[in-house]
Amino acid sequence: MNEDAGPIFRQVAAEIENAIVDGSLAEETQAPSSNELAAFHRINPATAAKGLNELVTDGVLYKRRGVGMFVATGAREQLLKRRRSEFADQYIHPLMTEAQKLGISARDLAAMIDDWEGQR
Amino acid sequence: MTTGTNPTATVRDVTMRFREHTALDSVTTSFEKDAITGLLGRNGAGKTTLMQLLTGHRVPSAGRVEVFGASPYENDRILRDICFVKEGQRYPEQFRVQDALAAAAMVFPHWDDDLAADLLTDFDLPAKRPVRKLSRGMNSMVGIIIGLASRAPLTLFDEPYLGLDAVARQQFYDRLLADYAEHPRTIVLSTHLIEEIASLLERVLLIDRGRVLLDTDAESLRDSALTVSGPVDKVQAFARQHELLHTESLGGHSRAVVRVGGAADRRAAATHGLTVEPTNLQQLVVAMSLQSPATRGPVRSPLRAAPSEDLEEVS
Repeated sequence: MNEDAGPIFRQVAAEIENAIVDGSLAEETQAPSSNELAAFHRINPATAAKGLNELVTDGVLYKRRGVGMFVATGAREQLLKRRRSEFADQYIHPLMTEAQKLGISARDLAAMIDDWEGQR
Repeated sequence: MTTGTNPTATVRDVTMRFREHTALDSVTTSFEKDAITGLLGRNGAGKTTLMQLLTGHRVPSAGRVEVFGASPYENDRILRDICFVKEGQRYPEQFRVQDALAAAAMVFPHWDDDLAADLLTDFDLPAKRPVRKLSRGMNSMVGIIIGLASRAPLTLFDEPYLGLDAVARQQFYDRLLADYAEHPRTIVLSTHLIEEIASLLERVLLIDRGRVLLDTDAESLRDSALTVSGPVDKVQAFARQHELLHTESLGGHSRAVVRVGGAADRRAAATHGLTVEPTNLQQLVVAMSLQSPATRGPVRSPLRAAPSEDLEEVS
């Protein structure tokens, strides 16, 4: 984990979310345990557990008593929905801020995006 | 404390004086059961003195220290559950490495021979070599092996890695984490290498000139400060609304470490047109230690710290 990127439990949670979104951690499969995460990332197990518990609170993971944490059915769709709603804040806002600094209008931007699409 | 369990150790209004010097000044804190606490602070801050009090090596001039519910001083029942790995620990002259380990095995009731043997192999330490012929780093390894293999319910490491290279330190951290995950216990780790151990910590206790500056969990601490940078006037305007810990300027550009309340403050900084970055534990500890005036009282539960009078620093 990155010591310079804010609370570590949030990074742990975000990493598991990423794995669910990109499909590498499928629904109804077992998530890594807090001790596995702790050893892999060299972090305190309580911090790893905090990250996992946050995902349980969000309904992304659920606990199976004595077995571990599993990815909930519908978790991927839920995460995609949330990320779409955060997209403007996380990407459009900084994009527009920088564009304004450089004197690029929203119309110019739209044209740049069309160009980019065309080149793919 | 965040959990309802009884802390392993409590320190209540403890003062420790040596002749004219006050090493600890009305310190009150507690060490959460089965947590890894980083004991941080500059040289001479009082870290070692605090550890000596917790391990019954000293009696406080005033106040009370309790470990497992009683004073540790000359209390064998409690002391056998405490392992204190001191900086530059010395062993009897005639001891070989294996003798030092055998002696520890007799002292600590939770001692694990297999773990000690594993660590000996890991560190590539010659069991039959006399301890007086060990290098500084190897001597530190003996202390670390004893600290880990003792599995003491309260284990304290005071700058345990004198002379240890980066590889051996990493081995120590990995082994500590792995064994702690299997056998949770209360660990206190005093160190100057904050960056290296930051992610291992659950709690942080920062002391400065014998007083508690910070006593909190590591994750809220990471969340409690931001580094903002941008044009001087904008940084200044933002810093005025928060507790300023540290600031630097170059030309018309300024960078400030400020205490913040949460996500709202983060967004506010971004809308001020500032570059916002998280502050890591080391930066925060350095900023707080530099800022701390000797006159200022201890800040307990720092998320709501006193407002700063130091805004004039911005220039």
